[in-house]
Amino acid sequence: MPILEVNNIKKFFGHNEILKGISFSLEQGEVVSIIGSSGSGKTTLLRCLNFLEFAEEGTVCVKGEEIYNGKSNSKISENEIRKKRLHFGLVFQSFNLFPQYNVLKNITLAPELMKTDTPEKIEKKARELIERVGLSERINHYPCELSGGQQQRVAIARALALNPDILCFDEPTSALDPELTGEVLKVIKELKNTGCTMIVVTHEMEFAKNVSDKIIFMADGVIEEMGPPEQIFENPQSEKTKAFLSKSLEKI
Amino acid sequence: MEKFISVTLELSKGFGMTLKIFALTLLFALPLGLIISFGSMSKFKPLRWLTKTFVWIIRGTPLMLQLIIIYYGPGLIFELDLLERFTAVMVAFVINYSCYFSEIFRGGIEAVPKGQYEAGQVLGMTKTQIFFKVILLQVIKKIVPPMSNEVITLVKDTSLARIIAVYEVIWNAQNYIKLEGLIWPLFYTGAFYLAFSGILTLIFNKIENKMNYFRS
Repeated sequence: MPILEVNNIKKFFGHNEILKGISFSLEQGEVVSIIGSSGSGKTTLLRCLNFLEFAEEGTVCVKGEEIYNGKSNSKISENEIRKKRLHFGLVFQSFNLFPQYNVLKNITLAPELMKTDTPEKIEKKARELIERVGLSERINHYPCELSGGQQQRVAIARALALNPDILCFDEPTSALDPELTGEVLKVIKELKNTGCTMIVVTHEMEFAKNVSDKIIFMADGVIEEMGPPEQIFENPQSEKTKAFLSKSLEKI
Repeated sequence: MEKFISVTLELSKGFGMTLKIFALTLLFALPLGLIISFGSMSKFKPLRWLTKTFVWIIRGTPLMLQLIIIYYGPGLIFELDLLERFTAVMVAFVINYSCYFSEIFRGGIEAVPKGQYEAGQVLGMTKTQIFFKVILLQVIKKIVPPMSNEVITLVKDTSLARIIAVYEVIWNAQNYIKLEGLIWPLFYTGAFYLAFSGILTLIFNKIENKMNYFRS
């Protein structure tokens, strides 16, 4: 059974149809990269999955259970949405760490508020996560004392602390200096090895090619082409995919 | 010298009233200002419109005029008993300052990036948790400088209470002119204001430094 099934998601902003019926599924432990030019709806799709936006149509199923249906979205209470959100984690392009808390507290804050565990166990887990993203020496630092790459690694640990079924990344390296993207991509790659199911919106073609099990190419609110990386990168079928890839991979 | 001490004591009494107006205004106007700021940011249009009009009227007219209207207004218009003088002063000051504070709060709240709310949301926090655990301290950090301005203005605005004969420090000093022909006590009141706003400046600097450990 797929861990995630997305069915015919449609999203409008006013009269603009941003997502025109998106469907795909994801197996446990799979990594899917979503590529495509700006304005193709990649980020909106992630935001719909995390309920930061609400799709007007379509369904989302996690582990076979329907957690969202566009038709009945107005009836969901704030509380239910909060619970359902926890199936997903989201790492933002601009990190969005909480500036007034140090690294450890950024990670423990949400689990502590939700009382997912005893404070000691929450802290122990946070320390493990911090070690996993290689920031043990910075555990008491504040976000403003960290580089962009370090901040993003903390943000990844923060999302992992809640054990999401599916971890989403919204252009996790787009706000970083080129020399810092590597450390973040490395962390994501390591997560794949531990069996973490992930959806990564990215402009890093090399990364998408090497790490993903599946590539989704989006254009104008639809999935233009979907398949294993070899197929998309070596043998694209659609004209739009070909044009996009030749532009993105162009050597200057 | 003896005269100086007796004037100092007399003015201190008046300044006691100044401090009382100051402290009570802050006590009530800060929370009320926060509520008004929520009104002016409400998604419900009529409420937002109403709040903004109210803030416009209060900020757009002199506090002195508001004092006079609140003190004499109920009697003249509705033939009610006059409010007690001190009560009228408090009502006018609290309404006036809560409107100014509300705009400072609004500015501070709107300056916190949307991403902070969204980060809280995707981490499963409730709206209340997001406001108190994530947003509030960032707002406080942003509003300390404009707040210190407004609070120091309040110290000096308390002298307007004299308009409806609430005896604060300047009133007391003016009595020396009327009764004894002495003008220096009036000048001397400046020292009281300066000392107090000096203390406030120090306190605000301390708060600002306390929050220097993070940047948003």
